[in-house]
Amino acid sequence: MDMSQTKTVVVDTVPESAVSTRNISKNYGEVEALRDLSLEFPRGQLISLLGPSGCGKTTLLKIIAGLLEPTSGEVEVNGKTVTGPGPDRAFVFQDFALLPWASVIRNVSFGLEMRGVAKSEREDIAARYIKEVGLGGFENAYPHELSGGMRQRVGLARALSVDAEVLLMDEPFSAVDEQTRRKFQEDLLGLVQNENKTFIFVTHSIEEAVYVSDQIAILLPRPSRVHEIIRPSGFREKGADNIRRDPEYLDIVDQIWASLRTYVE
Amino acid sequence: MTNAEPTAVPGAPFGAPGTKRPLPSRALVLKIVSALILFGAWEIAGRVPVSLAFPTFLESMGALFRMAVDGTLWTAYAETLQPLAVGVAISAVLGIAIGLWVGLSDFFDWLFSPIFIVMQAAPLAALIPLLVLAYGIGLTSKVLVVCIMAMPVIVLNTAGAVRNTPESMKEMGKAFLASDLSIILKIIIPAASPVIFAGLRLGISAGFIGAILAELKITPTGVGDIITYSRSIADYPSMYAAIFSIILLAVLFLNLLEKTEAVLFKGNQRGYVSD
Ligand SMILES: Nc1ncnc2c1ncn2[C@@H]1O[C@H](COP(=O)(O)OP(=O)(O)O)[C@@H](O)[C@H]1O
Ligand SMILES: [Mg+2]
Repeated sequence: MDMSQTKTVVVDTVPESAVSTRNISKNYGEVEALRDLSLEFPRGQLISLLGPSGCGKTTLLKIIAGLLEPTSGEVEVNGKTVTGPGPDRAFVFQDFALLPWASVIRNVSFGLEMRGVAKSEREDIAARYIKEVGLGGFENAYPHELSGGMRQRVGLARALSVDAEVLLMDEPFSAVDEQTRRKFQEDLLGLVQNENKTFIFVTHSIEEAVYVSDQIAILLPRPSRVHEIIRPSGFREKGADNIRRDPEYLDIVDQIWASLRTYVE
Repeated sequence: MTNAEPTAVPGAPFGAPGTKRPLPSRALVLKIVSALILFGAWEIAGRVPVSLAFPTFLESMGALFRMAVDGTLWTAYAETLQPLAVGVAISAVLGIAIGLWVGLSDFFDWLFSPIFIVMQAAPLAALIPLLVLAYGIGLTSKVLVVCIMAMPVIVLNTAGAVRNTPESMKEMGKAFLASDLSIILKIIIPAASPVIFAGLRLGISAGFIGAILAELKITPTGVGDIITYSRSIADYPSMYAAIFSIILLAVLFLNLLEKTEAVLFKGNQRGYVSD
């Protein structure tokens, strides 16, 4: 048994963390994707999982989503152990995972449909979130008629429309162009402020992580582990435009690069 | 500002909303033109003549008209359509059901796939005597011939398409709390439907061949009888008229199937997101 992890005192009110992972290990046959990983995800914050590709970010996110079983360890969401996907979590996929034969509004209302919400009600809700992500007017368009950035907005609206407390995002902006990505990052900051949700955000971009995160968990491979947790604080209130020029922002980017560079071939 | 006009989305360019697909009437014109060319070539080949046993297009159409008027054609089809309709219906329903099953379960894949692969590869003409031995010369044998021709490609296409449903779409379904049944009905089947329909088209064409083959090889009845009989008395226009009518029927039926697909799965003609 592994005893290196100090146990925190058991609290019987609503826990501080929306999500906690306890001593998660995951093996794919011979490949050890995660080993004994413990992390806390505070409520209402955006926490990034940052690390080189292959270090197990997607694996960890899917374990939290309940899409993958850990080999050992457990995940708690609001103090309840995760045994599978649940209404408290929604997922935004790297490849969007839209249904190509369904219109934007049907794609966005898919989660509500699976929850048994009546058609007219779910389309009302979906239409509202389609407007919120800036796709008003495209309700009846099909995914192949949209640009990559617009498709991911559909994926985002689908995840928002089920009103889950935890949003799991797997490199959601990696497949969109640079300009769109910047706009997305700004919008995401607004979303974190306005929606009372916990965001777990996987990225391999250092700048992106520092720009959007309240906390950054840096994951390193071989064996996969949490290397350190960084909490950018000083520049969040300076406004979207000034963050990228802020000295603290630039320092943190440098600092992260310094710890990651040895792992990049 | 009307809502129908897409509003510009910052940072999200929308490419050429005005691009139109070719009008359906143009496709129709093309079909008619290619049919005319084909019939023209047939007429010329018949007039040259390529062979004494090869009638012209107009002669064949004359024979077709004659058979339609005197009722031979309709009595023949009343006979031929029985094994064809029964066999195609069984193949489509059972074929898709088994295909879904095989595609969804490794066990049924292991159990059934070899049977259908063998069925697809088997030389049917060699099997017909065995079928006749076991089931006689009646409807059963003919239905079986149609099924042997039609079913394997339907099963194998359906199974393959089901197995190839993108993993990320199924994962999306699970993440948004879809039940296993919903994942099959709302994700796997729509995703597989273009390939299932392609299998149906191939299977049904093969079923038509099977129905005629059964009538030529088991007992001459229906359209097969017209072909056999008119060849034996050297009435080649009637023989070609019968062959032409069965091809025409197959083409019409496949077009009907295409329309059905377009109604059932509207997204299928809209192209797929490839990236
Ligand atoms: N289904 C799988 N089967 C086998 N190995 C896998 C599978 N999924 C991921 N892996 C391996 O696990 C490791 C972590 O993968 P992943 O979580 O996708 O990393 P990341 O998202 O950080 O790039 C990688 O070495 C990858 O090759
Ligand atoms: Mg990944």
